[in-house]
Amino acid sequence: MAIVETRKITKEFDGGAVKVVKDIDIKTVDGEFLVLLGPSGCGKTTLLRMIGGLEHPTSGQILIADQVVNHLPPRARQIAMVFQSYALYPHMNVKGNIAFPLKAANIDKEEQKRRVDWAAGILGIDHLLDRKPRQLSGGQRQRVALARALVREPNVFLLDEPLSNLDAQRRASARDELQRFQHEIGTTTIYVTHDQVEAMGMGHRIAVIEGGTVRQIGTPRDIYEDPADTFVATFLGSPPMNLIPRGDELIGFRPENFHLAPDGGVDSSTSLSFKLTSIREEYLGSEKLVYGELEGERTVARMAANADVPAAEGGEVTLFVDNADLRVFDRESGLRKESAPATIATGSGS
Amino acid sequence: MATLPPTQRFASEGSGRGKQFLARTVLYATAVIFSLFAFIPFAWMIMTMFKTNNDLYNPRNNPFLYNDPPTLSNLDLLWNDTSFRTFIFNTFLIALVVMAVTVIIVVPAAYSLVRLAGRWGSNLGILIFLVYLVPPTLLFIPLTGVVADLGLQNSKWSMALVYPTFTIPFCTWLMMGFMRSVPWEIEEQAMIDGYSRIGAIWRTVIPVSIPGILTVVIFSFTLTLHEFVYSLAFVQSSGEKTVSVGVFTELIRGDVFFWQSLMAAAALVAIPVALLYNYFLDRFIAGFTLGAVKG
Ligand SMILES: Nc1ncnc2c1ncn2[C@@H]1O[C@H](COP(=O)(O)OP(=O)(O)OP(=O)(O)O)[C@@H](O)[C@H]1O
Ligand SMILES: [Mg+2]
Repeated sequence: MAIVETRKITKEFDGGAVKVVKDIDIKTVDGEFLVLLGPSGCGKTTLLRMIGGLEHPTSGQILIADQVVNHLPPRARQIAMVFQSYALYPHMNVKGNIAFPLKAANIDKEEQKRRVDWAAGILGIDHLLDRKPRQLSGGQRQRVALARALVREPNVFLLDEPLSNLDAQRRASARDELQRFQHEIGTTTIYVTHDQVEAMGMGHRIAVIEGGTVRQIGTPRDIYEDPADTFVATFLGSPPMNLIPRGDELIGFRPENFHLAPDGGVDSSTSLSFKLTSIREEYLGSEKLVYGELEGERTVARMAANADVPAAEGGEVTLFVDNADLRVFDRESGLRKESAPATIATGSGS
Repeated sequence: MATLPPTQRFASEGSGRGKQFLARTVLYATAVIFSLFAFIPFAWMIMTMFKTNNDLYNPRNNPFLYNDPPTLSNLDLLWNDTSFRTFIFNTFLIALVVMAVTVIIVVPAAYSLVRLAGRWGSNLGILIFLVYLVPPTLLFIPLTGVVADLGLQNSKWSMALVYPTFTIPFCTWLMMGFMRSVPWEIEEQAMIDGYSRIGAIWRTVIPVSIPGILTVVIFSFTLTLHEFVYSLAFVQSSGEKTVSVGVFTELIRGDVFFWQSLMAAAALVAIPVALLYNYFLDRFIAGFTLGAVKG
């Protein structure tokens, strides 16, 4: 168990021509499940590789268990890593693959066998132990890679999109297993993904990364409800947060924060009204998405399936959002501002 | 193979069959022609080696048949009256040394060029390959000087020294191709799993590159086996000669060609080697690295 910390680490490629990771500061809590979330090419894998010791940071420090490890080779860092591509040893069978790190640590044969059986049991691959990697499906390979990481009792797990190759059903159950397992053994885990559902569901905390910088770190709830900037606001949530320009500000709110006027009328001091011109409706069973235009901006509302909203194109409806659900961003920088009810009120369209 | 939906298959059956038959015929005809092309020299060689002089040189005889009963006397001449056994021993000894030297140098060289030398590495690989294309007829003159300086004139070790100059460039280039197809993550994974870089290379890159290493072995063996110019230039005494030069100098005496024994010499070397290649190629080259990484 250990705390992983990066202090202002930066990575440049091609002699500074490409800056992939820029001054990233992250500190895990002991035993935490930290998710790195970000779009493709934002530097997640590079960051993970630096923590693992496979890539040297251009500047900055990496600490594992309060010890600077910049100069330590991967083998001295006591980490287990699952690569985005699994990286199974093609010339060894599954048993050999899983036992490989144990052999490296000179653990005796009996104990090796015991641990291999244990890990294979957890991941449901006991019947595949004598196969070669090429005789496995993508999902089975992924589980072998996970098993190889599990047998080691490392300080830290580094997992690079380990579930990306599983079908939806397998992924859900693997997610559950992985989380339960991590909870049981309590090893600090850094988990990379670009799937927001995975990130929200699994992480104790999420670090949202974009363009090589951390945009926000927080619990899934923090990130979803209090995004630090417009990137985070629109990257998470499906459909993403609506952003309506008002002067030099953007007013943001989630599609599900829209509601119709209650029977008793609306208290205009606690909520804001918008006229939405409906364009299209998407029926999802328990709810529906109403796509429309609001003050010239494309906007989505998530409503109950039976909500009384005009479905036809061009139909108009007045919708309300509670002031408490509004988030205000600076239009220029995209950064979050403390919400200022006065501005909201003056900009009100009602 | 194309798997058409049933209706389509049915519809195209009429003309499809004719076309398919034609394609098959062309395929088999081509295969037969090429097999004959490869087979006839061997057959001719084997047939000639058992013929008597009388049979071989009489123009009225049918050359495709034994007109006299087959004889083993040509083999006897080759085996007992020439230094053929020494030639074979020399050839294989040199080949073994050359193979070992080549592998020991080529594997780390290819690894470094592919993995550590960045973009320059690949281009350098092509430059190294170009060295192979310099003809030995050009190089043997300066190399004679080198061999003399080292006191290796008229010694088989001169060849063990010189042959790597052409096996290494070619095989480095060859090995680089193999190394490029090794998934690098497995080496990094081995480093994560607890080995040093050298340990990781030894346990992952090398085992996965075995088909490449075998190919290097086979090529350096072949190149050594059929090398002629250097060995003709560097070695004069029978005891130091290789098969390619020794057989040629001992079985062509003035204008007398001992055709049957020459053929016997060629067959005795070529056939075991051909069988060996066949065995190795089938066994090792195919599908070795599949399944290491996804996709
Ligand atoms: N060795 C390298 N040399 C130059 N550029 C590189 C190198 N490795 C990565 N990059 C660049 O760094 C950027 C980040 O790469 P990285 O693999 O970290 O992305 P990622 O966030 O893991 O993306 P994905 O979700 O697609 O896996 C990419 O633009 C990539 O092209
Ligand atoms: Mg990645």
